[in-house]
Amino acid sequence: MSTPMTVPERLARTTFTIDEEESHIAIDQELCRSTGTDKAIIAVCPAGVYSEQDGRVVADYAACVECGTCLAVAAPGALRWHYPRGGFGVSYREG
Amino acid sequence: MSEVAEPDFDVAVVGAGPAGAVAAYRMASAGLSVVLIERGETPGSKNLSGGVLYGRVLDEVFPGFADEAPVERRITRHVTTFLTPDSAVGIDYSGQGLADPVNAVTVLRAKFDPWLAGKAEEAGAFLMPGVRVDTLLTEPGPDGAPRVVGVQAGDDQLRARVVVAADGVNSFLARSIGLRPKEPTNHMAVGVKAVMALPRQTIEDRFGVTGDQGAAHAIVGDCTLGIGGGGFLYTNTTSLSVGVVLRLDDLVRSGRTSAEVFEHYLQHPGLAPYLRGAEMVEYGAHVVAEGGLAMVGEVATHGMLVVGEAAGLTINSGLTVRGMDLAIGSGLAAADAVVEALAAGDVSREGLAGYRRRLEESFVMKDMRTYGKAPKFLERTGMYGAYGELAASIFHDVFALDGTPRRHLVQTAKAAFSRSPVTLRQLVSDGWAGVRAL
Repeated sequence: MSTPMTVPERLARTTFTIDEEESHIAIDQELCRSTGTDKAIIAVCPAGVYSEQDGRVVADYAACVECGTCLAVAAPGALRWHYPRGGFGVSYREG
Repeated sequence: MSEVAEPDFDVAVVGAGPAGAVAAYRMASAGLSVVLIERGETPGSKNLSGGVLYGRVLDEVFPGFADEAPVERRITRHVTTFLTPDSAVGIDYSGQGLADPVNAVTVLRAKFDPWLAGKAEEAGAFLMPGVRVDTLLTEPGPDGAPRVVGVQAGDDQLRARVVVAADGVNSFLARSIGLRPKEPTNHMAVGVKAVMALPRQTIEDRFGVTGDQGAAHAIVGDCTLGIGGGGFLYTNTTSLSVGVVLRLDDLVRSGRTSAEVFEHYLQHPGLAPYLRGAEMVEYGAHVVAEGGLAMVGEVATHGMLVVGEAAGLTINSGLTVRGMDLAIGSGLAAADAVVEALAAGDVSREGLAGYRRRLEESFVMKDMRTYGKAPKFLERTGMYGAYGELAASIFHDVFALDGTPRRHLVQTAKAAFSRSPVTLRQLVSDGWAGVRAL
């Protein structure tokens, strides 16, 4: 194996159709912080969708591979996550 | 007088993966009107799997499918390896008896799933791609309990006598009607995977296979930095499927990121000889249900059945990781139950009870029960660290001829054992649990 790749470099190999109008992820900042969901979702997301900026958790929904890992570790209500609208989101050519 | 709306279809299947496509195929073949709704622009475009499909059940539906379907390679070599930071101890099994009849094949879902959905279409199912189903349509039944009467997608409603939820491990449909509670995180894992391109000849030379033969490597230990789970490395025709599966409770506890563990895996010296020169062509991830039998709850309600991963039907026995074959088995059981229920004119939970019965009688639930204790066993931490170290230590002492007098294997093992953090009590306990669980 050659040099390590960053997550954005890896994601550049995957095809996405970005929904410019609508995010499929919404974050309850208060619940996210009080339940520790913020740390958990930042760590588990394989696509690095979540990051902390100025004390808030933000979601770069365009890079989401729709695995649902964040939802599995989130405290109830901390995250509203559903699939992108039909025709949008990740589009695997290999799978 | 309220008028009862006439259903648009006998059955709406949500999700064109193996469970949904095979169920749609079977029901359409039996003369039912079936719509197969898929969220991706084409079947498979939202789907990702490790890549090994145990194909015997599919071969019963489509005899000789491996000759016709876009499968990658026929697995004739299974390698299980315990990795430590600087050593590897493995079990390497290869057998031509695995090739004919075909036992397992590697697949890339974006290529394989369209073929399977095409079979459903040929049988008369109506494929509706690019449509996200948002919710179930329900109406109160005679007893007041909700009955599923169709699905809602955006502003569009589609009514069906029966809905088959084949919407994957995150099944929002099953959850919305109370069939799947939120899973504890020790039942869930994330699979992080890349497809890495390599020339065909290089793959065959490197993995010791020829023609359309293939190899499947399962790897535990240092590849996940001790986090519950493991790594896999499968050969496709001109690429490798390489990834890790990480149990979510352990991952969160470790304080590491999934991307970091995945990168560690790719950089591991135990993997390097296989991956050298390979170029990443795709990266993705998928949640894996690891709870086994404990995750399978109710699979039917009034007007609806749940199949495949949506029903929690996956098995990780430690040596084999299965999902697609169980999905196909459940799709067949569901299809036959729907045909029976519609013929009898009863699509209530009771009318659809034939699904559970068929599932129990088939290999699906039998295997789920056989491996029912495996998830608990695989939570034992020795599997991911100390045992690999112990095995490596024993083999080191066997093979390292350093000039000191040789000792018998038993003494060598005892010495390695005394240096290991593994206690005899733990080894005996885990060994016994392993025998019982696997």
